[in-house]
Amino acid sequence: MAQTTRPLSPHLQIYKWQSQMVTSILHRATGIALAVGSLLILWGLVALSMGPDAWATFHAVAASPLGLVLLFAWTWALWFHFINGIRHLYQDAGAGYAISTFIKASWFSIIGSLVLTLATWAYVFMGGAA
Amino acid sequence: MSRDLRNPLQRARGLGSAKEGVGHWWNQRLTAIALVVLVLWFVVLVLGLVGHDYQAVRASIARPWNALLMIAFIIAAFWHAVLGLQVVIEDYVHTRWLEVTSMVVIKLLAVAGVLAGVLAVLRIALGS
Repeated sequence: MAQTTRPLSPHLQIYKWQSQMVTSILHRATGIALAVGSLLILWGLVALSMGPDAWATFHAVAASPLGLVLLFAWTWALWFHFINGIRHLYQDAGAGYAISTFIKASWFSIIGSLVLTLATWAYVFMGGAA
Repeated sequence: MSRDLRNPLQRARGLGSAKEGVGHWWNQRLTAIALVVLVLWFVVLVLGLVGHDYQAVRASIARPWNALLMIAFIIAAFWHAVLGLQVVIEDYVHTRWLEVTSMVVIKLLAVAGVLAGVLAVLRIALGS
């Protein structure tokens, strides 16, 4: 630790930002967010098992403006981790490592997750809420 | 002549530098594959329940298939989360006592979460 004069290997701020770098970082970030967000699912289930009053409290928080923002963010995190996770499984099988394919696939994770998030909430506001 | 430079005993043990083999890696992938299916089921279920009242939501989770899949979802999700958080902690927390403490805390929290979730689903499904 004390030897600060030693040369360091290049770190994040040295590299040009690239889509595959962003998706890698986002995969971890969304994973952490989903782990925290799963506590919300847990709260919903426990409230449902406790009775109508507990459920009403949960529902009021989830349907509040802050709750909806969190749910929207959580939906995106879920869909991103979902699509990018499938991409990782595909790559774990040893496929898709050609540079152009790799970059295209990471853009697919980003755009696909946004499309699915908007589609999910369009359904909630148009079909489901009626 | 094998290209593998490891000692034969090391190869037979199959544990590698992580000292615990590839179990963590495999479990992370297996739970991921399970979650691909379970997440799709979960999203469809929740979207179908939007706008329904307490009784309807509870009755839906109480149906055997939904209760079963919900328990599977809870177990797979928390297991997958612990494995993932473990890697994040191993990568970024370099103070040993803090690393071990965080690891113990997330594992205990996950076990508590699974138990609470499974008990909730059972109460809903069995109506107690």
